[in-house]
Amino acid sequence: MSAALLEVDGLRVEFPTRRGTLVAVDGVSFSIARGEVLGMVGESGAGKSLTGNAIIGLLEPPGRIAAGSVRLAGKRIDGLPPDQIRRIRGRRIGAIFQDPLTSLNPLYTVGEQLVETILTHLDIGARAARRRALELLGEVGIPAPAERIDHYPHQFSGGMRQRVVIALALSAEPELIVADEPTTALDVSIQAQIIGLLRRLGAERGASVLLITHDMGVIAETADRVAVMYAGRIAEIGPVRRVLESPLHPYTEGLMAAIPAVGRDVDSLAQIDGAMPRLHEIPAGCAFHPRCPRAVAGCDRDRPGLVPIGGSEVACLLYRPEPGEAAHG
Amino acid sequence: MIALVLRRLLQSVVVMLAVALIGFTLFRYVGDPVAQMVGQETSLEERAALRDELGLNDSVVVQFARYVGDIAQARFGISYAIDRPVAELIAERLPATLELSLVAALYALLVGIPMGVYTALHPARLLSKAFLAVSLVGISLPTFFIGILLILVFGVWLGLLPTFGRGEVVDLGWWSTGLLTASGWKSILMPAFTLGMFQLTLIMRLVRSEMLEVLRTDYIKFARARGLSDRAVNFGHALKNTLVPVITVTGLQLGSIIAFAIITETVFQWPGMGLLFLQAIQFADIPVMASYLVLIALFFVAINLAVDILYHVVDPRLRIDRGTGAGQGR
Repeated sequence: MSAALLEVDGLRVEFPTRRGTLVAVDGVSFSIARGEVLGMVGESGAGKSLTGNAIIGLLEPPGRIAAGSVRLAGKRIDGLPPDQIRRIRGRRIGAIFQDPLTSLNPLYTVGEQLVETILTHLDIGARAARRRALELLGEVGIPAPAERIDHYPHQFSGGMRQRVVIALALSAEPELIVADEPTTALDVSIQAQIIGLLRRLGAERGASVLLITHDMGVIAETADRVAVMYAGRIAEIGPVRRVLESPLHPYTEGLMAAIPAVGRDVDSLAQIDGAMPRLHEIPAGCAFHPRCPRAVAGCDRDRPGLVPIGGSEVACLLYRPEPGEAAHG
Repeated sequence: MIALVLRRLLQSVVVMLAVALIGFTLFRYVGDPVAQMVGQETSLEERAALRDELGLNDSVVVQFARYVGDIAQARFGISYAIDRPVAELIAERLPATLELSLVAALYALLVGIPMGVYTALHPARLLSKAFLAVSLVGISLPTFFIGILLILVFGVWLGLLPTFGRGEVVDLGWWSTGLLTASGWKSILMPAFTLGMFQLTLIMRLVRSEMLEVLRTDYIKFARARGLSDRAVNFGHALKNTLVPVITVTGLQLGSIIAFAIITETVFQWPGMGLLFLQAIQFADIPVMASYLVLIALFFVAINLAVDILYHVVDPRLRIDRGTGAGQGR
């Protein structure tokens, strides 16, 4: 158990509104081992980004963690006073956001932003910080860093800016990197480079990565394990190969079937009927049951918990251990 | 940068020429100046001689060229009403107006920006709500009314502050200042407060809304994710981005403070250019009116030029890239 760097247990994120409390993340539990890349997939609004924000303590009000815990190397980091969580952000957990075009402050050079971050977290002088900034820019593949360090963000292309963002996230050698849709805003050709870079730098440093995306392709290339989220809950979590090749949860099955295979002619693309429920109308029982082709009696009543099935864990009544068996086991 | 300044200077000259044309036109359409200057018993010959002497018989183009040449050398002509050079009159009045405007503008900035920042950072606090309520009053009450209220309270009821004039003035030769004496400061408090009130509320509300906008941006969120301190995020990153639009509005407002000091100067009988201008209107004193127009335009143009240059200092995106092209090489 102590091998896990990040342990999220029963995380629940709520938004109090006038018409009642919306539960955007509901009882999410997972862990990431040191050096592991955990992918987190799901549709828009499934609660992936909120989970990431909750981990780094940057939920936007009125959103709040209503229950559960987040542990980093065994120590709880949810609910820490702002000043303490701030020292963890950037220092021990680096974050990368979706849009590199808007992640950098337009009024400062990339060097100024790097040096500022380094000086905030590391106890070194200004000259050493600049040297380190240069090294980082070189490591993330910015050509001619000595010249580029004094350029402003608008002088960089989108892919280059995302490299700068990665350099910023890595500047204090964090143990965990939370990457929220790091490639969504980029060209496909640049995506592969950025993902490769992220994976390589993470591996070199032994850093763990929480990779949030809606792109199964990115997950397949990068992640060791994958968590599939639906309506604020984890539907299935397991080793990436297993989940992709033999999905257990009907929702994951639907997702996989919806990816068109290259080189095979199909008349119509497979799809899952209906849409993910909005936060204020999540059904009782399993959130997926109204759309589920394999729903059984009880799906609209009993909420399934995660059950281990051969290396994976799945939240579906189909895999519920028979009460009789459980009694014997 | 130098090219930019030159280009802007050239544009400024064009604007000033246009304003000079309007000032010049005043002379030709607001009554006959000779009729204003002489008495009823002046003979037609004397009037004609005077017209000749004043150059009123030359062609329009020549007169305009002469006018532009004159004002370029700060020769604004002779006041019809007081029979003294306008340049002298303005030189006497200018320091009073500029001091009043400057104090009002500084007050509006130094109080307005912190208030705006505070209300943006702590929108839920009681003090923020109080600031916003007060600013609503400041933005909706007319200037003269605030001035009269102040006079009533601090001048009449409490008897703390003088209700008119500049107080004791120290003459520095080319400039007369009221800012070196206690009575001068006492005198400037109420007019400056009155004049700056509207700008203060405007600046505060502008800073607040801009700051709220900036605080929602991705780079602020990313700055927080980098673990920077609240102070670095709020003041280093957010405030600096807020300042670009604030500079524009403040620049324009400084111009209008100078131009619209008229009302405040009237309420407090402040011996500035605004008061001079009002008197000039009463007497159809065209040289004074036209000179005032040109001078105010000059202030506006100069301030705009300064604002443009400030932009380029604050915002690197406006600077022209030198050599290494933007957006190349991924």
